Amino acid sequence: MNGRTDGQTDGWMDRQMEEDWTDGQMERMGTMLLLRQRLVTAQALGFRTRCSPKPHPTITPSTPPYLPNLELLRFFSVMRMRIASSADSSSNNSQMIMADSGSSDEVAVICNTDITSTESENNIINTMVERGTALLKKMEISVAEADKRTGKNTVNMQETYTVYLIETRPAESVSEGGTPVAPDTLWRRYSEFELLRTYLLVTYPYIIVPPLPEKRAEFVWHKLSADNLDPDFVERRRVGLENFLLRLASHPVLSNDNIFFLFLTEEKGWREAVLETGFQDKADSRLKSLSAMFRVKNPDKRFTSLKHYSEDLSTVISQLLRIRARVADRLYGVYKVHGNYGRVFSEWSAIEKEMGDGLQSAGHHMDTYAASIDDILEEEEHYADQLKEYLFYTEAVRSVCKKHELIQYELEMAAQDLSYKKQQKEELETGTVRIFSLKGMTSKLFGQETPEQRESKVAALEQSIQEGEGALKEKNAESQEFVEKAWNDIERFKEQKEKDLREALISYAIMQISMCKKGIQVWSNAKECFNKM
Amino acid sequence: MSVGAPRGLASSGQKLITEILHPLSAAEEPLSPGHDVTISAEKDKQEPGLTNGTPLEISSPASASVLISRLQLDCELEADAHDPFGSGEPRDLFVTVDDPKKHVSTMETYITYRVSTKTTRIEFDLPEYSVRRRYQDFDWLRIKLEDSQPTHLVPPLPEKFVMKGVVDRFSEEFVDTRMKALDKFLKRVADHPVLSFNPHLNAFLTAKDLNKRQGLALLTKVGESVKNVAGGYKLRARPAEFCAMGEYLDTFSQKLGTIDRISQRILREQSEYLTELREYGAVYSAWAASEEQLQRPLEGVAGCVTTSCGALEDLSDNMSQDFLPVLREYVLYIESMKNVLRKRDQVQAEYEGRLEAAVLRKQEDRTPIPVEVEKCQDKVECFNADLKADWERWQRNKRQDFKQLLTGMADKNINYYEKSQAAWESLITLLQEKQTEDKTSDTN
Repeated sequence: MNGRTDGQTDGWMDRQMEEDWTDGQMERMGTMLLLRQRLVTAQALGFRTRCSPKPHPTITPSTPPYLPNLELLRFFSVMRMRIASSADSSSNNSQMIMADSGSSDEVAVICNTDITSTESENNIINTMVERGTALLKKMEISVAEADKRTGKNTVNMQETYTVYLIETRPAESVSEGGTPVAPDTLWRRYSEFELLRTYLLVTYPYIIVPPLPEKRAEFVWHKLSADNLDPDFVERRRVGLENFLLRLASHPVLSNDNIFFLFLTEEKGWREAVLETGFQDKADSRLKSLSAMFRVKNPDKRFTSLKHYSEDLSTVISQLLRIRARVADRLYGVYKVHGNYGRVFSEWSAIEKEMGDGLQSAGHHMDTYAASIDDILEEEEHYADQLKEYLFYTEAVRSVCKKHELIQYELEMAAQDLSYKKQQKEELETGTVRIFSLKGMTSKLFGQETPEQRESKVAALEQSIQEGEGALKEKNAESQEFVEKAWNDIERFKEQKEKDLREALISYAIMQISMCKKGIQVWSNAKECFNKM
Repeated sequence: MSVGAPRGLASSGQKLITEILHPLSAAEEPLSPGHDVTISAEKDKQEPGLTNGTPLEISSPASASVLISRLQLDCELEADAHDPFGSGEPRDLFVTVDDPKKHVSTMETYITYRVSTKTTRIEFDLPEYSVRRRYQDFDWLRIKLEDSQPTHLVPPLPEKFVMKGVVDRFSEEFVDTRMKALDKFLKRVADHPVLSFNPHLNAFLTAKDLNKRQGLALLTKVGESVKNVAGGYKLRARPAEFCAMGEYLDTFSQKLGTIDRISQRILREQSEYLTELREYGAVYSAWAASEEQLQRPLEGVAGCVTTSCGALEDLSDNMSQDFLPVLREYVLYIESMKNVLRKRDQVQAEYEGRLEAAVLRKQEDRTPIPVEVEKCQDKVECFNADLKADWERWQRNKRQDFKQLLTGMADKNINYYEKSQAAWESLITLLQEKQTEDKTSDTN
């Protein structure tokens, strides 16, 4: 690595992007990454550092040279798309997009209809990555494995739970023959993911926070296990958790969150760090907003229609998933019964002379046909998972809408409160009673108050009014800020949804085509055997 | 109806083995034993043995049939590919059953079918005939054939009785299925070297009004009782080949039954799958209604699902209308064959019984063995020969029929998948077009 003598990093970094990295350089970069993590942790825990006082380190040219910063790390040259986790990388993925290379964004390989759905899913992930958040530009994230642990839970009972291995490694350039840097790893269990998400929900109420994969298996068709410890379920959950992390990492706002960064990098101190943020207090307010029944007089129409849309979407996707499960069940039955042909053809072939061979081989093909449904339906589960993600997303959307309503409600209440106070003051000043009140009547009946009393009341009211106006202004500003930020994210979400769902439909169509091709293949083979009878 | 030895058709051919009265038909009109065997020049090359006059055993009348059947066997093997029902020789009798029509009279409602015949045979006065027949008439024909040709296997008819409440006897499907079965029946009879010359068939094909004798049922019963007299004898030893036939038929019948059950189960599963699939497509349509950009893709998916539904329906219909009936008909065919085997057993038993009795008497009072016993022996040998010939022919036909049936089933399944695949592929092109459209508009 070329030495750096000054704080200027421009130009040098661009040059670095062209070059290849040796192992030594990789190693040094890894060290720097670690150092940086420590720095960030320190900041998160409230220690003052010589870096920027803000809790999250930002890129500043004035950053002392000996401390690693984002800009430095960003220069892990051309961004490598995340290849399908562990060993399943296929040649297709090597065609993937290189961000910063200036080429037009293309989601490759869709034209190749032999692509599997997992690859297609990775296309979605890769598409997200190509948008290029700062986080993703510097690290690859994956949930590589799952494992079982036993331990004592909160009520001191032994329990078995699953943990997931999160791997992070610097986004590396494609080095020829170079071994990839060993990733940093840590283990997390599902409840920690949940904690992370709750934190994010509370901290960013105007953001549609990506959902977690389901806690318990739902919408299962009969062959699928509903057991949380079932390896297939665990595997699908692993994929879902990885997807969750990547969605966070590619979100323009959430990817910069420090707690999220620590989640990926700090195994031990993370829980404390989260609690330190004090998000629990805000959590209550959020809960209130979600469960409260209040009527808003003037909600923003966009939010109302968005809320209705997300309710509709939730309903229709639930329906779809339910029926899909039933369809899967039935299809399974059709295929499996064909296996019986295999057996009877075999038995029949035993009493035949010339017809025997043809029948026997045809029988084998029928067995193959019957067995093929297992893989077909397993692949379809990926599609179901994609739909489920958006089903869960609708909840997040609704919660943002609800938050808006709450703010709006508070705003309206504040305005209402203020106007009431103003009226009161006016009444007191002019002596007219516009608002009927018992107090007013009794005072009329039983004697007026003294002018001094009245004056002090007016003064108190004026004070109150001023405070109220201040509060109203604040609330207004809060509401506007919320609406602006929220709507920003909503637009982003809409675009993401359109793209993802279309990809999902394409991959579903590809699955169907593959199923048809398999069917044609098997029956053609059987037909050949019949012809030889 | 003229009865006589068939004269050779005007074509090059050998001297025929003809004019041998069928031993078993002594009580009835003598019928011609053999089909015209015209061996064309081509086939001569392939069967040098016969044309060169390799000595054949013609020691007993039974051998005539053996010879004929052996010739048939060779010819038919070659003709297999082209002519599923063919006997390999040039066919001179073509029959078709079609054009079902409903007749309503005061007494009853029934369906008639048009039976068309084209032939060059001399037994027929005209080269073409067209008559209308109803199921009853076919039934009459079959009974007549069975009675007059007890040693031959008569093809089966479709089921006679249908539960009036359950099956609609006049529905298009039922009539169509039945018509196809009747057509097959008639074609098989027409192709049979012996049955096709039966005068009852001739009458069936040509007469304007089929003068079915009164007391048809009575006649049938009489015929049966005559045979039952012979059935009083016990069979000693059935020749191994007929045992094998019997066993084969039993097992085969069993397997066909299993296949029938499996097919029905598949149909049930497919029907339930279809129901769910329709609902599934509808949800996509409903979803499309609430979307903007995704509307077309979702509608597209709904459309593909609907297309698949239609294709699946076609497949199921085909299975229930074309596949299952043929299976069931073969089960009936097997029953017929078993009956013939039983009859053969009876004839053999009668012979053995009489022989035993005669031998005993000879030992007692030196009475020579009566001619009847010899005649019985002839009967047995003739029956055996006929049966074997028919068996071979039946096996061949069975092979052809099932080859056709199963390849047909495979074809229908392939069709189903092809239709479905085409629909999904066109959806993908649609979706990908849209994608590139959007992408170019994004980058612009």
